[in-house]
Amino acid sequence: MSQKELVFRIGGAAGDGSASTAESLAKICTRSGLYVFTYTSYQSVIRGGHSWVQVRAAEEPVLSQGERPQVLICLNQPTADIHAPQVRENGAIIYDSDTIKLDGLRIAEDVRRIGFPLGRTAREYSNNALMKNTVALGAAVRLFDLDLAVVESAFATVWGKKKREIVDANVKAAAAGYKHVEENGGSLNLGLRYTGKARLLITGNQAIALGALAAGCKFLAQYPMTPASSIMHWMADHAPKHGVVVKQVEDELAAMNMAIGAGFAGVRSMTATSGGGFCLMVEAIGQGGMVEAPVVAVLAQRAGPSTGLPTKTEQGDLNLALGAGQGDWPRAILAPRNTDECFRLTAEAFNLAEVYQTPVIVMSDLYLSEGYRTVEGFDFNVPIIRGLLAADGGTPREKFLRYKITESGVSPRALPGQPGFQFDAGTDEHDEKGELISDVLAGIPEYVEIRKQMMDKRMRKLDGLRRDTKGPELWGPGKADLTLISWGSTQGPLREAILDLQESDGLAVNSLEYAYIFPFHVDETKAALKRAKTTMAVEGNFTGQFSRLLTAETGIRPDHLFAKYDGEPFYPSEIAGKVREVLG
Amino acid sequence: MSDGRTIELQEYKSEIKPTWCPGCGDFAVLNGLQRALQVLQIEPWNIVIVSGIGCSSNIPHFLSTYGFHSIHGRAVPVASGIKLANPELTVIAAGGDGDGYGIGVGHFIHAMRRNLDITYIVMDNQIYGLTTGQASPTSEKGMVTKSTPEGVIENPVNPLTLALASGATYVARGFSGDAKGLGDLFAKGIKHKGFSLIDVLSPCVTYNKINTYDWFRQRVYSLEKEGHNPSDYLAAVARADEWPNLDQKRDRIGLGVFYERNDIPTYEDLEPALRKGPLVRQPLGLENPEELLEEFR
Repeated sequence: MSQKELVFRIGGAAGDGSASTAESLAKICTRSGLYVFTYTSYQSVIRGGHSWVQVRAAEEPVLSQGERPQVLICLNQPTADIHAPQVRENGAIIYDSDTIKLDGLRIAEDVRRIGFPLGRTAREYSNNALMKNTVALGAAVRLFDLDLAVVESAFATVWGKKKREIVDANVKAAAAGYKHVEENGGSLNLGLRYTGKARLLITGNQAIALGALAAGCKFLAQYPMTPASSIMHWMADHAPKHGVVVKQVEDELAAMNMAIGAGFAGVRSMTATSGGGFCLMVEAIGQGGMVEAPVVAVLAQRAGPSTGLPTKTEQGDLNLALGAGQGDWPRAILAPRNTDECFRLTAEAFNLAEVYQTPVIVMSDLYLSEGYRTVEGFDFNVPIIRGLLAADGGTPREKFLRYKITESGVSPRALPGQPGFQFDAGTDEHDEKGELISDVLAGIPEYVEIRKQMMDKRMRKLDGLRRDTKGPELWGPGKADLTLISWGSTQGPLREAILDLQESDGLAVNSLEYAYIFPFHVDETKAALKRAKTTMAVEGNFTGQFSRLLTAETGIRPDHLFAKYDGEPFYPSEIAGKVREVLG
Repeated sequence: MSDGRTIELQEYKSEIKPTWCPGCGDFAVLNGLQRALQVLQIEPWNIVIVSGIGCSSNIPHFLSTYGFHSIHGRAVPVASGIKLANPELTVIAAGGDGDGYGIGVGHFIHAMRRNLDITYIVMDNQIYGLTTGQASPTSEKGMVTKSTPEGVIENPVNPLTLALASGATYVARGFSGDAKGLGDLFAKGIKHKGFSLIDVLSPCVTYNKINTYDWFRQRVYSLEKEGHNPSDYLAAVARADEWPNLDQKRDRIGLGVFYERNDIPTYEDLEPALRKGPLVRQPLGLENPEELLEEFR
């Protein structure tokens, strides 16, 4: 993008503190009034290995992690070896001259080599080995013309609760780094304006948890798994105050079954996991569909198959979500396209789950779940729609029909504790009362008919779910040479590529973006694609799982598929490259 | 009872007739459970019976309470979710030995260490009945079944020593041949604050031709009559180890309460979110949402 921006990268071994330093810079940028987008590339180790974080910030909303950095902080030699060649012309590399050498590396012209004894400088303020990162951060702050006062306020927020001394030492260390750059060349003169306009810096997972809380979620059962764990961490931190039971359980089988038990008992409940854990939830989520219990399941995808790449991103679990559970049962699948939608769609998922009394799956991925993004704010006026509940009080004259056959497929729901409405929630096929028809009644003509009616009843909920959700959004020029088809988190890089192509190549490209995946919006899709000249699906998986769904539902096959399955997020430049290939 | 009236036994019964084989041990469990609930006078609408899959797991349908007939092995986590959502409910998990000690054994152990106030009734017939007679986790060594034509070569799970090791605070064993005793054990277990396990020797008259009513009658004895002290943990372990055990001694099988501790707080007692009352009665939504955003600024 041609707009003025700041791209910063920091790398080191796991445990070197790259992430927290980057987080501080992201906060400083946010407080300075910039829009921020971060991407963390890490590995499945606690110490060692190589991890790095990129922070990109600009005056206008930022759609992706960006590409080559202007400023690189090397916390070890491998970081210099791997990343120094990527630093842009007129950029800068900050490194500890006592431990890191840049000799022999292919570094772009006019890149400033800002080597000074970071570690020795840091020891003047603290014995903490990570303090050298703060010295380097101070140097970057000067390069970007950011304000030291904002740095101090950010540190006060991060460490203020712990100890004032820690804040003071960090401020001094940052000032030392700042001063070094001040005396050695000063700013990079990127020309960014810092308005100081207040916004929020938040991860997708935090937005999901916040959305859940706003929607009245009272119960979260979860088993740790990257990249879903931070949903549990944030909820656990806020649970006592907001009256939420957060239960770390023995496995994902328990997580889903407990969440369904809580949903059946009448509280808004949820679970969250990644693909491997979701595999363990599959039988239980089908149970939710059969007993018609509301539950929200967050599926934060990472690269599979099997253990796959635990710290890398992918959109490879759509087939899993679509096919989870034996037999057919009604489900909704939502896939937030950005952090704002992480909040809104999670909140909406609780309404859909209760109104339709069935499990709702919210699909995110590592890229969206773990990345920090700026949002303007959240609308906490979240409507809470609990759906059809059995009237309280009094004993019904007839036995209560929990699974009454209705036109919408939704039957009045009673909650345990309500006198006179006792029923059995059965995972066996059952009649309107909930009594099973699977054993001595199965196959008898009258019950063959009931079985069919119960299936029809449950599956009719899909019509309502489709009605209550939205079709895809067509973004970009109405008339385009190519229509890109995407779902979920691909939105950002895709839109950036479209803008870049327009600007640099004069190409008219638009995108058809899906946040509501299932039930599939057939009519809207057909209408939108009727006008499309050529189509290319852009998906983070091998087989084009979403494209296959689209084809199955509409008979339309996207002309091209850009399938990415290397574990890395989409970069606007590679999408633009594919578009040029297709249109060239 | 809300209107001060005594709830009759009949009111705990549903109109659904059990589909168990004539003579099945589970009939005694059903009757015992209905009697225990009547003795305790718990309103049927404040009870949830959660089961898994198997012959015995059909039990919720035969009572007039709320019921959740869940999936194989998952009665305990479903019950846990219900109890955490609304601790005012009496939550009873029920099922068979395959359900609880086989496919669901992980949940069994963790529920006990949590000491949730749930009563778990396991109708233990030492065989898979509904699937027509395969070995179960409690099938005795050497038992010939459809899946073990040469005899079982594994050692059986001892549910009672497992429960004692896992932190259950009420551990008991009943026998379907002693209906009166069952009702008493269930009532005590339901009244007990904390996780209670009642393993019931509930003979399968169709597929288990070894561990029959007669076989048990020759071996069972009353712990109480022998002066067993249920607060003595090590004595409980020794009694529980009388059968089944690695030495395959099988001449004495104790019935009654092996162990009971009433001074251990339940999970619900310790859960901070429940201090304001059951989750089902908490208001939904956020009172002061902007406060939550401070950390993101």
